Amino acid sequence: MSTDTAPKPPQSRDDFISGQEVRWCPGCGDYAILATVQRTLAKRQIPREKYVFVSGIGCSSRFPYYMNTYGFHTIHGRAPTIATGLRCVNPELSIWVITGDGDGLSIGGNHLIHCMRRNVDLNILLVNNRIYGLTKGQYSPTSEISKVTKSTPFGSIEHPINALCIAIASEATFIARTLDTDPVHMSYVLSRAAEHRGISFVEIYQNCIIFNDKTFTPITGRDTRDDRMVYLEHGKPLVFGKKKNKAIKLNGLDPVIVDLDDSQHQKDLVIHDEKAKEPHYAYLLTQMEYPEMPVPFGVFRAIERPTYNKLMQNQIDQAVSMIGKGDLRKLIYGSSTWTVS
Amino acid sequence: MVDASKMTEEKTKTSKPQSKMSSIIVRFAGDSGDGMQLAGDQFTDTTAVMGNDFATLPDYPAEIRAPAGTLPGVSSFQIQFSDQIVSTPGDLADVLIAMNPAALKVNLVNTKKNGMIIVNESVFTEQSLKKANWQTNPLTDATLKDYQLLKVPLSDLTKNALKDHPLKLQEVERCKNFFSLGMMFWLYDRSLEHTINWIQSKFKRRPEIVNANVAALKAGYNYADITETMPSQYKIEKAKLEPGTYRKISGNTATAMGFVAAAHIAGKTLFYGSYPITPASSILHELAALKNFGVKTLQAEDEIAAIGTAIGASFGGHIGVTGTSGPGLCLKSEALNLAIMAELPLVVIDVQRAGPSTGMPTKTEQADLLQAMFGRNGESPIAIVAPRSPADCFRMAFEAVRIAVKFMTPVILMSEGFLAEGSEPWKLPEIEKLPKIEINHPSAGKTPFMPYARDPKTLARPWAVPGTPGLEHRIGGLAKADLTGGVSYDPANNQKMINLRAEKIRRIADDIPEAVVNGPESGKLLVLGWGGRYGSIYQAAQEIRRGGQEISFVHLNYVNPFPRNLGKIIKHFEKILVPELNMGHLLFLLRAEFPGVNAIGFNKVQGQPFQVSELVAKIKELL
Repeated sequence: MSTDTAPKPPQSRDDFISGQEVRWCPGCGDYAILATVQRTLAKRQIPREKYVFVSGIGCSSRFPYYMNTYGFHTIHGRAPTIATGLRCVNPELSIWVITGDGDGLSIGGNHLIHCMRRNVDLNILLVNNRIYGLTKGQYSPTSEISKVTKSTPFGSIEHPINALCIAIASEATFIARTLDTDPVHMSYVLSRAAEHRGISFVEIYQNCIIFNDKTFTPITGRDTRDDRMVYLEHGKPLVFGKKKNKAIKLNGLDPVIVDLDDSQHQKDLVIHDEKAKEPHYAYLLTQMEYPEMPVPFGVFRAIERPTYNKLMQNQIDQAVSMIGKGDLRKLIYGSSTWTVS
Repeated sequence: MVDASKMTEEKTKTSKPQSKMSSIIVRFAGDSGDGMQLAGDQFTDTTAVMGNDFATLPDYPAEIRAPAGTLPGVSSFQIQFSDQIVSTPGDLADVLIAMNPAALKVNLVNTKKNGMIIVNESVFTEQSLKKANWQTNPLTDATLKDYQLLKVPLSDLTKNALKDHPLKLQEVERCKNFFSLGMMFWLYDRSLEHTINWIQSKFKRRPEIVNANVAALKAGYNYADITETMPSQYKIEKAKLEPGTYRKISGNTATAMGFVAAAHIAGKTLFYGSYPITPASSILHELAALKNFGVKTLQAEDEIAAIGTAIGASFGGHIGVTGTSGPGLCLKSEALNLAIMAELPLVVIDVQRAGPSTGMPTKTEQADLLQAMFGRNGESPIAIVAPRSPADCFRMAFEAVRIAVKFMTPVILMSEGFLAEGSEPWKLPEIEKLPKIEINHPSAGKTPFMPYARDPKTLARPWAVPGTPGLEHRIGGLAKADLTGGVSYDPANNQKMINLRAEKIRRIADDIPEAVVNGPESGKLLVLGWGGRYGSIYQAAQEIRRGGQEISFVHLNYVNPFPRNLGKIIKHFEKILVPELNMGHLLFLLRAEFPGVNAIGFNKVQGQPFQVSELVAKIKELL
């Protein structure tokens, strides 16, 4: 196709903005995510017709309508299935699944698991705001225990699900977390996700200003974030704190916070390894939760495994090379025929 | 007892008299582990090679291995073969082979009075009689006085025949199906060659098994030749089928080939997303093996994912197909509606089974029709087609794809267990003469792309493939604005789009063949059937005509929309008889479409197809 070889004028964010009026609530974290996705994609060398955004149902699932790319706003929880089918028949597209905590982890939990374990070459952005927004404020699978919502007037009695634990248990090959209020970090994570071959799973902490305002503020707020967030960098220790004077060590299987000002703690620090072969370390990171521990952001895991769509194509190529391209007549006529004259 | 193994092999000429028969129904019955389906299959293959017309019906339990010797564990296989055209596996068997007391108990009702019953006498012990709920031994009391009973110690004869073979007792025991098959081959004067070749290729890595099975087969043949209880052989001449090349085919295999052929003709990848479910699974098995045709199959995590992946493949510009049975169709409803709203081509095959709920998974029924028509929220018309016989599954699978891509709509292909697993001779199509399937994906033009602009004739919208520069657009389940496809809650627009989608489905009627009346074009009674009922209606009509009466019937392969001339046809008959394996689905649709029609239902939901005799009796009552 000529578009692949001819030098293209650089793309801008505007190229990725569709004409559809954006209809999220004023102040919704989704605006920042949309803008960051548009800016990030514009920087990549891939023309916009190669992008497809597939979503389910929920506030964030309106996303495809606002992207001037190909898009499919599907049904509740099923976006990974449609994206999988699309990927199986087209190896060239850059396919993005936009889902939420309800869409992805509740009604669509099954598909999310299987899409990750198969390592389909897709990018999944799970926008987590710990609430059902579009249905006007019921608790979600990531809502905290005791949370009072319209459907839990006496507080939720359900233990919340941890999105990244599900991703690790499902052996996703790229797992990351970012947040709506840090566009620079988000853009970095999205670029990494886009470059990864295989499933990329990104949890994005997002604020629902109407039904669950400030749910992540104790962690990500301006005054608290330095002490309650830790940014992961491959090959480096997990340093955090306003003065960058805290880090993480392992006490047996438990991560503990140590004070770097104390010289005896400066060795044996946990060094972040996103390529760790076994998932144990990444799982341990997912267990670092507020308020006991700083919450990790960044790439938890980035490993290589053949993609589902590639393996599928390989079997076809192998069959063709071994027994030749299928002959329709031979297939239909089979091995045993008889003639009536 | 005759020691069959001592006899000379390859007896070419029997000393017994031969009588000619026109049509025979044989039923093999035994435990699910007795290899009765295999014996039936082999008998069928040889029947095909001998040039008879035939139709088969496997009938087996949902349990893989129900406790041995019990009634629920009985598996059977019926074949009707003839020198005439055969369109059903037949009503009652002329010959029943019962490998144990349970098989006899379950299948006695399926056997003709005066028919031949061959029982494996070796296993009619007190204990196994008790397991099969026989109070007394039917071989010694009067139970079978109306039948020609042949008590054959099949197990013992097989053991004896194989006594010099180096097999475990259990393996010897398993060869008895070939002994019984050998007897049947003698009875109907068939050659052993095809089955021997099959055994040799199937077990080529285990020569001792090959030798034992071949020996058992020959021993059975020779036993039948010399035993005094089988006084004569029957000869069934070749059937006068239409000239052409034929093969034996089952419905699910034909379905799989129909999809492959359609995708091939269209120059597209066939993508088949499916979740294992009886009796649809073998379509997945067939397609999964066809990698060198570029067929992509995905065994999904559930029924919803199965249809989701197929929709994704369709969105990507290829042939998305998903297969299931009734309970799976329930789960696919929401996604099916998405494909209707997004106006993407998609084929859903529903291999119907007896419901409701889990129902009787291995038994046949036609009771998903109204679900297919109406089982979705909102106004969601869909095209429905149905094959009439196992081989016809090829043509209708092909048609389903053709309609789906031409009209940009999901199509439901309604097969059923009876067709899926039954087999018959298939007159093979000439590949060059298969209908064309032309697909034109748009590319960017001078004016802005309108994803919901429509072909003036078919009302299909353009099928723009992701990756095409300049056609970036968004589709989805929310109400769509005319032309642009943008989200729209405009009241008048919603009405318009719903009208357009309904009209699009109606226009399919201009693209499909008219219904054909078999028999006089007017009269007292028209029999109107659909899908898998063709065979029994055809055979019943033949019988009525042989009795000197006239009868007309119309068979529907296209159920929604109806063929455009159906209304005109039915006006010329006083009464319409609608036989269906449900409680009146087509009847309901006919009454809705043609108010005032004098339609009478003939309904059965027993997991079994109609017997021709039942239909004949009903027709006679109305004539």
